[in-house]
Amino acid sequence: MMQKDIKRLSLILLFAPFALWIVLLIILPHVGMLFISLREKVAPRVYEFGFSNYVNFFTEPIYWNTLLRTGSMSLLVTVLALLLGFPIAYYIAKIAGNRTRGALFLMCLIPLWVSDLIRAFGWILLLRETGVISSSLQWAGLIDAPIEFLYNDATVIMGLVYTVILFMIVPLVSTLDGMDNAMIEAGYNLGGNGPTVLRRIIIPYAMPGIVSGCIVVFMLTAGSYLTPILLGGKNSSWFTEQIYDQFITRYNWESGAAFGFVLLAFTSLVIWIGLKLSGQTLNSTVARS
Amino acid sequence: MIMKLAIAGLLATTVMAAVPAQAETLRLLTWGSYAPDELVKKFEAKYPDITVEVTFSNNEEMIAKLRATGGAGFDLAQPSHDRIFAVQQEYNIYKPMDLSKINTSAMQAKLLEGVKANTTIDGEVYAVPHQWGTSGLMANKTMAPDIKAWGDLCDPQYKGKTSMRLKRTILLGMAFDMGEDPFAAYADLDKYQSILDKVADKLISCKDNLKAYWKGGDDLSAMMMSGEIVASETWDSTAYKLYGENKDIVFVPPKTGALAWIDTFAIPRKGEADDAAYKWINFVLEPENVKIMSASTGAIAAVEGGKDLLPDDKKAAVNAAFTDEDINNLKFFANIPAGVEDMEGKTLEKIKAATGSE
Amino acid sequence: MQSNTENDLECIQVKRHFGSVRAVDNVSFEIPKGSFFSILGPSGCGKTTLMRMIAGFEQPTSGDIRIKGQSVVGTPPNRRNVKMVFQHLALFPMMNVYENIAYGLRCAGASKEVIRTKVHDVLERISLPDVAGREITQLSGGQKQRIAIARCMVLDPDVLLLDEPLGALDLKLREAMKIELKLLQHQFDTTFVYITHDQSEALVMSDNVAIMNEGKFVQIGTPQELYHKPAAAFVAGFVGDTNRWSGRVSRVEGTIVEVETGAGLTMRGSVRGSGGVPSVGDAVNAFVRPEFITAERSDGKAGKVDANQNVIEGKIDSILFNGANSRVLVRDQAGELIEADVVLTGGTQDLKPKDHVTLSWSAEQTMSFAV
Repeated sequence: MMQKDIKRLSLILLFAPFALWIVLLIILPHVGMLFISLREKVAPRVYEFGFSNYVNFFTEPIYWNTLLRTGSMSLLVTVLALLLGFPIAYYIAKIAGNRTRGALFLMCLIPLWVSDLIRAFGWILLLRETGVISSSLQWAGLIDAPIEFLYNDATVIMGLVYTVILFMIVPLVSTLDGMDNAMIEAGYNLGGNGPTVLRRIIIPYAMPGIVSGCIVVFMLTAGSYLTPILLGGKNSSWFTEQIYDQFITRYNWESGAAFGFVLLAFTSLVIWIGLKLSGQTLNSTVARS
Repeated sequence: MIMKLAIAGLLATTVMAAVPAQAETLRLLTWGSYAPDELVKKFEAKYPDITVEVTFSNNEEMIAKLRATGGAGFDLAQPSHDRIFAVQQEYNIYKPMDLSKINTSAMQAKLLEGVKANTTIDGEVYAVPHQWGTSGLMANKTMAPDIKAWGDLCDPQYKGKTSMRLKRTILLGMAFDMGEDPFAAYADLDKYQSILDKVADKLISCKDNLKAYWKGGDDLSAMMMSGEIVASETWDSTAYKLYGENKDIVFVPPKTGALAWIDTFAIPRKGEADDAAYKWINFVLEPENVKIMSASTGAIAAVEGGKDLLPDDKKAAVNAAFTDEDINNLKFFANIPAGVEDMEGKTLEKIKAATGSE
Repeated sequence: MQSNTENDLECIQVKRHFGSVRAVDNVSFEIPKGSFFSILGPSGCGKTTLMRMIAGFEQPTSGDIRIKGQSVVGTPPNRRNVKMVFQHLALFPMMNVYENIAYGLRCAGASKEVIRTKVHDVLERISLPDVAGREITQLSGGQKQRIAIARCMVLDPDVLLLDEPLGALDLKLREAMKIELKLLQHQFDTTFVYITHDQSEALVMSDNVAIMNEGKFVQIGTPQELYHKPAAAFVAGFVGDTNRWSGRVSRVEGTIVEVETGAGLTMRGSVRGSGGVPSVGDAVNAFVRPEFITAERSDGKAGKVDANQNVIEGKIDSILFNGANSRVLVRDQAGELIEADVVLTGGTQDLKPKDHVTLSWSAEQTMSFAV
């Protein structure tokens, strides 16, 4: 009996930090935010309960346009990260030797060792009109006048792909790693050519990894702030920037909180659709990779 | 119940973190470069029982931080003079100042009166001036000799070679440039909205002319020094800094008048080291300390003869930029009434989201 | 050169070298249509490499591989009509049984109706008509095995390669599958090439077995030939159980030699293998299978009945009871242990430990190979 109590106590103690973390840092702030987002300001220091912050979002095209823009660009980033990351992951998991594997993984990790800010400034140094790439092209005689590579959507997408690709590669490597090479050989042996084996065997097998990589990448991208702000051009608004503006420059916490929930709901919806389309469940993807 | 306990726990930890065990701590919430190391060391040497903790921020973030805690966590803040009145009315994050504890005689009377007038609520004064500076234009004389007014940033002859920060300053500047008086329109928000709409149209059509919106002093300096842009909306201190490196880059007060701001001292409502805060205020207003401060910030102290206390290179830059006429033409930012931030924010979003003529 | 099309598979001087390692060294063989052919060898002998070359996953360093008389060297694996059952079967876990079997047909571009008929037909033939809709994880080990074979057989291959597919099964199932595989091979009438390190699998199922060691084929023959007429000491030692002595020749009489073992035992043996008749003093290995040694309780009147009969005295060390395959371990006077088959009836006449016994076996069954 005593033994059992001790066991239970130690279980509770072990679980406590996690529970505290979840409750204090995730649930409580969200409850607070939800509460704020449902508050309408009627006069200084006077608030009423209501949904006007959400209504505002849907009646103002600028807001939902920015959200859709953020969403579609995040999807593009996710697709690009998948297209670029899959061959890399396949190479690491199936082709590279044990030693090169470590080195390759390390190379993918290095960008994460510096902060977002430094990375963005690195891109700025490279891509600006008087930057390294433009000057070297000029020096090589390939272009006559300096070219500005910075401040457009393509740069934002490139910077984001670069930042998030590791989060695509890691789950892909771990699922592909669990795949018996014989499975691929069987695919060929039974008469499949390269594309067939890729489409019918490798991709279906790696699906849990693909989906979980896409979820992580999409969430990271849609929620990123610095990269789109620093690399973006005159027209590139990002939804997180609007949330920041609502909170900070406009002192409008109410609608900032509402925007935050709209973003949460939107990304959850996109992921739900993605899971439905790929025929996966959150369980199968998270458990497998 | 659990929530209450958790909140109590959170508060307890905040409070514990806030109260140091021994010496008094002055937690300063201010602008980057407004607390140079040299000055902090000197202050701590003079008052050995006070340690200074500095957090660098900007107007918006200062207010957001104080609002989040209801005015706790800091002992002295330095928002601009126009950001106090409405904020205090709405969020109640400052406490009234005890002017008897401040050496107000050192302050330039006109600026002190101006700030007092702007920040008095129910007979209580909530801020005193510290330094002032302007926002205006910066141009490379050799490449863009014709930059004289806010609107010149949209001059097609500099297409792709100008920049601005997409914040409220440019809205106001452009409004003056179009012959309006936005500060007067604060009293009539419908009128102000119509001005904002006009300004938005102008800035949207101007978008094509810009290279990019700058986001901070660093990227503005880099673009200007490399010649990627030849003119921009700017803070005067950034322009003075560049003038030190390239004499062709000068601050240009727009012909409708540079926009002037005064950074103030204000004491957060739950500040816990008021005495130390007053000591810091008086300390940085002493002439020899003003010199150190101005050298670091590039802004002019709100003391009599503040301009003369600037370091030589900055003084030269100011003299190259301002005539007496320009000084008289300064437009001091007026108090921002409640709701204006929201209107301006919406306008800025509209401009950012517009695809312009591209 | 067009070779005999009666052969489903031919390998001609196939070599595969990895650097200085000769994984497969000059292997030649041919397999007639419709037979069950096994390649038996210890692990690392090169049998898997050989099979991968036949399937097309490896290229031979030199030599030729022909299927139905056509060289397939340079043909990619998906264009060879050679199908393979992998060691761990490699069924596709993301497809159900029907899709697993249909995969190859789809690759070949068969129509939906054809696929449906063929899949159901093949499931019928492996006696699993109702599993089409099941997931792979819902199948038992034996069912998976049969699905893996069906997945290949539905494509009508010229040759079916099987890479130790029984290795993962438990003993009982393995015994049952041995018989089943043999039956399936008869039923499909397709050439099976079976790779294993388990001699009993190879002996039970095969029409012909190749013994492989260190990259070379040591002997090819029927299971009986390999067992009774091994061509080399390696085969004698690897196939079936044997008692083994090494020693030197002390006398030669035609094809009969007298061997003196290292421990001092003398026995007469018949010369085997390709080495020719050794001369006096040459080193030889002698092998005697336990079933050819008779063990009888000593009655004191031991003596040579026949000049070509080896007779020695010993004491039973232990009894290895295994039903019909029971054995005794006998310690001879030289101190070596000798295994002999015995019949244990459970009666009082049975041999017991510590009994003194006389062991005898003929010189003919003492297979002696010059070293």
